[in-house]
Amino acid sequence: MTMIRVENLKKSFGDLEVIKDMSTVVEEKEVICVIGPSGSGKSTFLRCLNRLEEITDGHVYIEGVDITDPKNNINKIRQDVGMVFQQFNLFPHKTVMQNVTLAPMKLKNMDKAAAEKKAYELLDKVGLREKAKAYPGELSGGQKQRVAIARALAMDPKIMLFDEPTSALDPEMVGDVLDVMKELAREGMTMVVVTHEMGFAAEMGDRVLFIDGGYIVEENVPKELFGNPQHERTKAFLSKVL
Amino acid sequence: METWINALPYLLEGLQITLYIFIIAIIIGFLIGLLMALLRLSPFKILNWIAKIFVDAIRGTPFIVQLFFIYFGLNSLDFISMDNTTAGIVTVAINAGAYFSEIIRAGIQSIDKGQMEAARSLGLNSTQNMRHIILPQAFRRMLPTFTNQAIISLKDTSLLSVIGVADLTQEGRIQASATFQAFEIYLLLGIIYFIVIYLLSMLASFVERKFVLR
Repeated sequence: MTMIRVENLKKSFGDLEVIKDMSTVVEEKEVICVIGPSGSGKSTFLRCLNRLEEITDGHVYIEGVDITDPKNNINKIRQDVGMVFQQFNLFPHKTVMQNVTLAPMKLKNMDKAAAEKKAYELLDKVGLREKAKAYPGELSGGQKQRVAIARALAMDPKIMLFDEPTSALDPEMVGDVLDVMKELAREGMTMVVVTHEMGFAAEMGDRVLFIDGGYIVEENVPKELFGNPQHERTKAFLSKVL
Repeated sequence: METWINALPYLLEGLQITLYIFIIAIIIGFLIGLLMALLRLSPFKILNWIAKIFVDAIRGTPFIVQLFFIYFGLNSLDFISMDNTTAGIVTVAINAGAYFSEIIRAGIQSIDKGQMEAARSLGLNSTQNMRHIILPQAFRRMLPTFTNQAIISLKDTSLLSVIGVADLTQEGRIQASATFQAFEIYLLLGIIYFIVIYLLSMLASFVERKFVLR
């Protein structure tokens, strides 16, 4: 089943054309890694997938529903699309538990006991059960990001978007977060991951998208894309980062 | 001392009126401020303008002129009739509301955009986002400035004595002219205001400590 279909996506900020023309398809249970130089439009591409950025032109379909159509309720669609941010964006005035239970309680009318039971399961999964009563300010970066993943999973999303989830972390924290993501991928979550972690992309990616200059320059299984890049720009980029 | 003891019951009666006016006006003023801040930040140009004109008009005119306009000006219209206490409450509320709206707006704008994005990505609509994520954080952050404005508004209520509201200042004036002890009475008046305002700022810093942003 096709989870995400992107058709001729374009995005401009004023006169600046960040995404010139992108089309791709993400199937159920696929893990797509998006790589590319900074400023290439890869984060913007990801943020268009749940319309955090207003889409200038083209279409994005989530499970067949066109999110660019104002008649479709974007808030409803976003409940199925979890997102994890580079800067975590945990709610600092709420405990870890409240961060995780907020959306299910407000949006799915889950009662507190059920929401907390689920939250504990998710916190177990990311290894942070004992931090349930802590505030985000008391956590390390890696812990914050794992809570952010649990928060997104609390809505039982069908798709998870990751926007450079390890870029703001100290090196020794990166592994913990990547482990949680690998676990998620193995369980069959459909994932789109913007990342600089080429190791993760090579190991977990079903496909890798190389984005540069507002286009998807090359798109292939990691073995091919990393081992045998077809485009000059892909080769140039990989020679710098590998 | 005897002057003080004789005058105190009257002044405390006035203090009750002052506090009554202050509390009601601050609550209404806060709601006006919240509404205006949200209008100011709304995506609709016309609503932005309404809020901006309101705030500019209040900030650009003296309190006493606003008071006279509302009590004498509006009351001269056939379809409006307010007693002086009501007019006083309305004036303090509107005046505080204009300043509150700027405080609230700045508080909302100081919250990192990532908070809104995280809330929206979970599926919260913009009202839920404001209510559960943005406003609770903004309110904590603006508490000190908010207290400041509340103290200014409390002091502004003393001007209501000009239109004959029997507030603390008015009672002081009456006592001063009745006893011919202006020095003692106005000193006592000042002390009472000072104590009330001191207690108010203590309360505010207690609340602040309790809800400090983590």
